[in-house]
Amino acid sequence: MQEPVVADTKTSNRELLDFVFAWPAWFFAVGGALNGLLVAAFVVVILMLMFGLQFLGYSHPVYWGFLIVNFVFWIGVSHAGIMVSAILRLTQAEWRRPVTRAAEVLTIFSLLTAVQFPLIHSGRPWRTMYWTFPYDWNRGAWPNPRSPLVWDPSAIFTYLTSTILFVYVALLPDLALARDRAPNPVSRAIYGVLAMGFRGTTRQWRIQTVAGLLLSAIILPIFVSVHSIVSWDFAVTSVPGWHNTIFAPYFVIGAVHSGVSAVVTVMIVMRYAFGLKRFITRDHIDSLARLLIVVATVWLFFFLLDFFFGLYGTEPAEVDTWQRRLVEPPWVVIAITFIICAYIIPVPMWMFRAIRRNFFWMFVTTILVNVGMWLERYMVVVPALERKSGLTFTYGDYAPSLSEFILVAASFALVILGFLTFSKLLPIMPAADIKEGQILADRIRVGRANVPAAMRE
Amino acid sequence: MAMQTQAKRELLALYEEPDQAADAVERLHGAGFEDNDIEILSSTPYPEGAFGEGHTKHRLFAFPFAGAACGMAVGIAWIVGAQVSLPIITGGKPVVAVPAIIQILYEGTLLGAVLFTVLGVLFESRLPDGVGLYDDRISEGYIGISVMARERRLPDAQIALEEASPIDLLSKEGSLMHAPGTT
Repeated sequence: MQEPVVADTKTSNRELLDFVFAWPAWFFAVGGALNGLLVAAFVVVILMLMFGLQFLGYSHPVYWGFLIVNFVFWIGVSHAGIMVSAILRLTQAEWRRPVTRAAEVLTIFSLLTAVQFPLIHSGRPWRTMYWTFPYDWNRGAWPNPRSPLVWDPSAIFTYLTSTILFVYVALLPDLALARDRAPNPVSRAIYGVLAMGFRGTTRQWRIQTVAGLLLSAIILPIFVSVHSIVSWDFAVTSVPGWHNTIFAPYFVIGAVHSGVSAVVTVMIVMRYAFGLKRFITRDHIDSLARLLIVVATVWLFFFLLDFFFGLYGTEPAEVDTWQRRLVEPPWVVIAITFIICAYIIPVPMWMFRAIRRNFFWMFVTTILVNVGMWLERYMVVVPALERKSGLTFTYGDYAPSLSEFILVAASFALVILGFLTFSKLLPIMPAADIKEGQILADRIRVGRANVPAAMRE
Repeated sequence: MAMQTQAKRELLALYEEPDQAADAVERLHGAGFEDNDIEILSSTPYPEGAFGEGHTKHRLFAFPFAGAACGMAVGIAWIVGAQVSLPIITGGKPVVAVPAIIQILYEGTLLGAVLFTVLGVLFESRLPDGVGLYDDRISEGYIGISVMARERRLPDAQIALEEASPIDLLSKEGSLMHAPGTT
C-alpha cells in the first residue's frame, strides 16, 4: 500500500481541474509546433498520393517501410494503456487511481494515430472502405474475410470504440465535476450536456464501480486480439522471418513493454507540465517500474524464442533472414542498439530502488525502451522483405527517405497533440477515483510501525 | 383518493460530514420514508451502506450477455452474407471458411458486449437525468440527501433533515434556511 494522497476535496478539485480551465502560454507554443509538424506530414501525404509510393522510396521488394513500422509501433503503445488500466481496476490495486485515465487516453490517441498509416500506405485511402465493409452492392465489391486486411480493421474498430466508451463511462463523474466548477456558462452548458445529468447518487456510483469491472473484463480479450491480429498481418504470409506461430504472443508482450513504458513517460511529463506533483508520486512510478521488469523479461524470452526457433529448423531462407537482421551491416548496428535500448540498459537499472523512484532516470529509461521497440519493429518488417527471393531482381535497396522521417515525427506530434488537447478540455485524472482513495485510506499500527492501509468493500 | 393524485416534491439537504448525512437518512427512515424516496448525492463513491441506505439492485450483469449474443449474430450476418453474396472459390476451400471468420465473430461478439454494457450503464444509472435537485456544493465534498415526499408529508421530511444539522436545505423554489442574522 502506497502513501495516500493527502488533500481536501476543494484542493483536489482545484489542482485536478487547474489545467482544464487555465490557458498557459506554453500550451499554444507546444500546440503550434506540433501542428507545424502535422502540416509538413500532410504535405508529404498529398505528394505521396500524387506520385505514388515511390515518393517515399518504396520499391520492389520492400513495400513496407516506416509506415507499417509506425502502425505496429503505435498499436503497441496503445496496448499498455488499456492493459494497465483494466488489470489494475480488476485487481483493485490502490495505486491505479491517478494512472488509469492517462493510460486510457494514451490508448485512444495511439490507436487513432496507428490507423492513419495503413490508410496512407494504401495509396488510395478512400478505397479502403471497399476492402473493409461490404457496402458496395451495385458493383459487387465485397471484402475478402480470409485476409488480415479485413480482420485488422474489425479488431481496431472494436478496440477503439470500446476504449472511447470505456473512457466516457469513467469520465461521467468528472464531467459532472467540470460542469459544477466551470468558470463560464458556455463551458458549464457543454460539460452539462456531456455529463448527462450525473448527480452522484448511490445508484450511479454503484453502477460506475460495476461498469468499470465489467468493461475491463471485456476489453482485456479485445486488447489481446488486436495485436495478435496485427502480428498475423505478417505471420499468415509465407515471407521467411514472418511466418511464425509465436508472433501473436511475441507482439502482444512487446506491445505491453513499449506501452507501459510510454505510460510512465507520459505520467512523468504530466506531473511537471500539469502541476500534478501531489497525485503522481514516486510510489506510482516505482510500481510501474516493477511491472516493467517482469514484462521486459517476458518480452526478451519471446524474442529469444523467435530467434532460436528461426534457426532450429535450419531452413535456409529463415536462417538467411536472421543473419541479415543480426550480422550484416547496417542491420547489426540497429540490432545492437535495439537490444541495448529495450533491455540491457533499462532493466538492470530498474533493479535499483533509487532508480525506480527517480523521475529523471525513469523518464530516460522509458524513452530508451520505446526507441528500442521502434527499432525492433523496423527489424521485423524491413530485412525480411529485403531478402533476395524468387523473381526479386533487387536486393537490399531500401533506405528510409526524409519524407518517412517527417511522417514518424508527425505521428509523435499527433499523439502528443491529442493527449494535450484532451487534457486541456477534460480532467486527465479521475478525480472521483482519487477522492475515493482518500476516503478509504487509513493508517494502522502494526507493532511499532505506523503503516498506510486502505479499506475495501 | 386525493392522496394518490397529490404530486411529489423534492427536498435537498446538504451536510458537511458523512455522519450527519447518515443521521439524516436514519431520521428519514424513522419518519416512515422508504429507501426509494431517498437519494444520497456525493462527489465521491462511498462504500455501500455508509449512510444506512439499502443494497442497490441492478441488472447490469445481464447487458453484456445480451450484447454479446446480438454482436455475434450481426457478425455472422455480415461476414457470411458478404461471402455468400459474392462467392469466390479459392483453392477449393469452402466459400464460408470457419477459421477465417472466427476473428470477425470474436470482435463482433465483444463489440456487442461493450455497446450493450454502456447502454446498460446509462439505463441503470437513470441517465440522462435533468430532473432531480442538485447543488454545486456537492462537488466540493458536501453530501446531499434528497427526499421525495407528497405535499402533506413535506413537513415531516423537512424536520428529519433539519434535525441532522444541514448547512443548507433546498427545494425547487430555493433555500428554505435563513442565513444567520436574517429573519
